[in-house]
Amino acid sequence: MKTPFISAVLAVLWKDLQVELRSRELVGSMGLFALLSILIFSFALELDRIARTESVSGVLWVTVVYASVLGLNRSLAMERDQGNLDALLLAPVDRTAIYFGKLIGNFIFTLVVGLTLILLMTVLYNLTLTRLWLIVVLVLGTLGFSTVGTLLATMTVQTRARESLLPIVMMPVALPLLLSAVRASTGILNETPQEDWLAWVQILAVLNVVYMTMSFLLFEYVIEE
Amino acid sequence: MGAVRQMPMTDSTPDVSPQTDRMPRLLMILTLVTIIAVAVGIYMALFYAGTDIEQGEVQRIFYIHVPSFAATFVAFSATVLGGILYLRTRSVKWDTLALAGVEVGLVLAIINLATGSVWARPIWNTWWNWDPRLTLDAIMVLTYAAYLMLRNGIENPETRRRFASVYGIFAFATVIATLMITRIRPDTIHPVVFGPILTDASQMSVQGDFELAATAGVTTVIAYNSFVWSTLLPATLIWHRIRLENLAQRVQSLKARVLGE
Repeated sequence: MKTPFISAVLAVLWKDLQVELRSRELVGSMGLFALLSILIFSFALELDRIARTESVSGVLWVTVVYASVLGLNRSLAMERDQGNLDALLLAPVDRTAIYFGKLIGNFIFTLVVGLTLILLMTVLYNLTLTRLWLIVVLVLGTLGFSTVGTLLATMTVQTRARESLLPIVMMPVALPLLLSAVRASTGILNETPQEDWLAWVQILAVLNVVYMTMSFLLFEYVIEE
Repeated sequence: MGAVRQMPMTDSTPDVSPQTDRMPRLLMILTLVTIIAVAVGIYMALFYAGTDIEQGEVQRIFYIHVPSFAATFVAFSATVLGGILYLRTRSVKWDTLALAGVEVGLVLAIINLATGSVWARPIWNTWWNWDPRLTLDAIMVLTYAAYLMLRNGIENPETRRRFASVYGIFAFATVIATLMITRIRPDTIHPVVFGPILTDASQMSVQGDFELAATAGVTTVIAYNSFVWSTLLPATLIWHRIRLENLAQRVQSLKARVLGE
């Protein structure tokens, strides 16, 4: 007797949300990292008024990617260390339901950090980042990182190198996402005509579909034991 | 190792049998044919094809550059095939095929990048630029380098093969992206040699695509070289790599047996 797919996904998601609400561990460390990162960038790149508009989307996305790597490592290591992954595997649910539960959880946490980052950068850099299209790009970008990252982090937490391996295997695969997200955001923030950057948003959406399909098909091979 | 040879063969796994020492005859013939075919291709590229009117002699790099990407594509496809079949059948030989595909593909991809750079220096006046296709190609190389890192990071051989198969299949997305980008993004300055060109003729002249077919022999030589490089060359190299892997495994098991005495 299997639990229906949707309720299994929701159960895994609800578990993650509850843990996060009580500990605030993931969003806390990711948020603090993101804040530190934009401070470091602002000193390291000596971001003055003109330089900011040029490089703000790069700063935003690099920070989001690294924050998501941080969160993904924590999120999956938590399952592994406390033996929860084995319990999940014993449960009579679809393996892919576990994947989607974890994916949605990671996506929500990364999105929260990304939105906070947009607000913070709007204040600290004195630029209007709160635009509808930028939020669309942020949603698509973080969804893509979480899709790839949840699959790959499930693999890397089971290896010897653990935390250090995730960025190495995830970055190259996530780079097409990063590339199109940065190009789209730069276009939006510089207020160039829509037809110049809309193609990048479309590529981002297509990449999401491709990565999600592949992860959906491959996840069951990553956690069998 | 003399003691090992006299020992009764208790282990009946096929890779410990003495036949695997000698190179199979078919592989020897294939290697010879490949060497001749590649040499003929290089000869044709250097002497048979006419000199390009716009680019001069440097255009001859195309005859290696384009085939080497075709060969990369085939080698990485072998990795996908090996990955899928390994996950289906759990037979070690498919994982060996996947690994051989990655290593051979990486070498061919680096040949592709290096020849591209040499061509770009006189034509674009720079070794490298951050054109979408070049960037994606570099990402592709890094992805497969990460594949090797991932393999090294896992001790349990069964887990290593399983994860490597998954990542090998996943990594192919970057190969597709590299191939497709010149069709999706018309603002790339990289010329499109294969397949339909979606941009119209007026844009092409502005963005640096070339009318290659005008030079005598270009199509023939590119077609011939691409055929050789995408069939004979990767097949031979992958076969050699698989044989090397099997021999290495055999050395490992013999070593283990000596230590076990």
